[in-house]
Amino acid sequence: MFTFLLKRLVQATIVMLVISLVAFAVKDNLGDPLRELTGQSVSEAERQKMRTEMGLNDPFVVQYKRFLINAVQGDFGTSYTFNRPALEVILDRLVATLELVFAATLIIIGLSIPLGVYCAINPKHGFSKLVMAISSIGISIPVFLTAILLMYVFSIELGWLPAYGRGETANWLGWESGFFTLDGLAHLILPAFALASIMLPLFIRLVRSEMIEQLSSEYVKFAYAKGLPQRRVWYLHALKNTLLPVLTVGGVQIGTMVAYTILTEKVFQWPGTGFLFLDSIQRTDTPVITAYVIVVGLIFVITNTIVDLLYGLINPTVNLTAKG
Amino acid sequence: MTTNIAASPSRWQKIKQSDFIYYFSRDKVAMLSFAVFLTCLIVAFTAPWIAPHDPYALESIDIMDSELPPVMLSEDGDDRFFLGTDNQGRDILSTIMYGMRVSLTIGILAVGLQLFLGIVIGLCAGYFGGKIDSFLMRIADVQLSFSTMMVAIIVSAIFQGAMGSEMYSQYAILMLVLIIGIAEWPQYARTIRASVLAEKKKEYVEASLVMGLKAPRIMFRHILPNCLSPILVISTVQIANAIMSEAALSFLGLGMPVTQPSLGSLISIGFEYIFSGSWWITVFPGIVLVSLILVINLLGDWLRDFFNPKVYQD
Repeated sequence: MFTFLLKRLVQATIVMLVISLVAFAVKDNLGDPLRELTGQSVSEAERQKMRTEMGLNDPFVVQYKRFLINAVQGDFGTSYTFNRPALEVILDRLVATLELVFAATLIIIGLSIPLGVYCAINPKHGFSKLVMAISSIGISIPVFLTAILLMYVFSIELGWLPAYGRGETANWLGWESGFFTLDGLAHLILPAFALASIMLPLFIRLVRSEMIEQLSSEYVKFAYAKGLPQRRVWYLHALKNTLLPVLTVGGVQIGTMVAYTILTEKVFQWPGTGFLFLDSIQRTDTPVITAYVIVVGLIFVITNTIVDLLYGLINPTVNLTAKG
Repeated sequence: MTTNIAASPSRWQKIKQSDFIYYFSRDKVAMLSFAVFLTCLIVAFTAPWIAPHDPYALESIDIMDSELPPVMLSEDGDDRFFLGTDNQGRDILSTIMYGMRVSLTIGILAVGLQLFLGIVIGLCAGYFGGKIDSFLMRIADVQLSFSTMMVAIIVSAIFQGAMGSEMYSQYAILMLVLIIGIAEWPQYARTIRASVLAEKKKEYVEASLVMGLKAPRIMFRHILPNCLSPILVISTVQIANAIMSEAALSFLGLGMPVTQPSLGSLISIGFEYIFSGSWWITVFPGIVLVSLILVINLLGDWLRDFFNPKVYQD
């Protein structure tokens, strides 16, 4: 276990170093920090002097080292537009993004497991066929289109739900979130469903095929032979083993959802990190872009590592030491 | 009349009698999907000749025609514009045809690039094994652990920032092919590596080794043709994914410019006008995009079942 953990950590560090290299390349190539600081009137000689003072003429390795040391301390520079530390700006918005991802995850878990299990138990039923057909079509609809359609139908035509923004937020134990107000929840419904719609078909299919596989396995037949009631076999024996692969795939996909929030946030003007990122690109706000790349990279690396660890803990047949 | 059938069937007859065509002609979903896909391809690539208007010809566009609803659904419609017009007065039907051409071109070229990278990397990893294998596959693992969409968005954003929007939109097709191609090669590399590993153990590979053939010849002439069926299966799914990625990037304003819209950028244009009630600018390109992706996915499903009959089919 310990060696596995260590190996994973080393790997995660290497990945983060690669990401930091990418982020540094962004910082190096996008925009000119001098232009942001000085006006037109500064002479070329003075510019050069400033460049040397700021260390912009240093060799690549020295600059990268400085960038790394600052990054580890959480210093990515000051955002040009917000005039605050870039990391602070990102972390402020991260709550909104995570809120969205969390709500979407709840929807996915709440819908995919019952639907998938139902389709596996009653494969010939008309409802199962309908669910499978819808999920086939659902996989082919891009998330931004789902988002636009949801918004058009429920907020423009029917006027039931607000079209954009995050609504009112309330503070609860120092956590500023829309979960605690009715208005916030109303704003959350459409974006969360739109975001969930990408993963939902995939999860229903996954749960269904895993469950079908489990139902035809030896131990299920044995449980029937023992005379256990059908429900007990389904929900206690088979379902437990179905959820294992769902957990690993699911964990990785939830990391992926952070990426898809960019699209959902753009449609619903959700004030999260994805929206901020798109804005920053338009304004060439390099420190924010850099910080975003690093933060999102970190989220991916952390979720992947945790999922791997969890999988090893839950499924004792996986030999962690060999797998690392 | 038909005396030579038994002796030596012509190539056409061989194809006609193959299992592939037999099963294909018995599967209605596959036939229909293929028909729709073929229609899309033909319409897209003959757009300049069959489209009622030329959306790229600025002189033929009249801003007075903008945001006209479709003919069938409203009296305000204009007979010249069957599906209505967009915010600049371009005919939606024609822009969809041209947009589909852009989307399909990018999708197919990007998959071509993925295929090239995937084949070279997957073959090398599978054939040589050892350090090369673990190094290449680690890279693929790491890249796969990030969502391809994320990689594509960040890379295109960076390119656009570094090149400037004007320059970027000039080379948009090329850039999108590069970005989507590079973002998704690991899928191919993995699949090809897996089938190479299975093929490598077979006797014909040993035989060609004994004959003294060079590694590249064995790899590309002997092993590769035997790995074609999984490649074909994932290629269809990858084309659908590439079209979807392109649409997403264009929707975010990181893809095709408004002057040369793809299906994604059309939806993006329409989205800005959806609050004023002009839903048709978004909905029609959306329907076309979804049907295009859907039929490609259905064809991919069918191919997978065909090559892998052991898989439970419902």
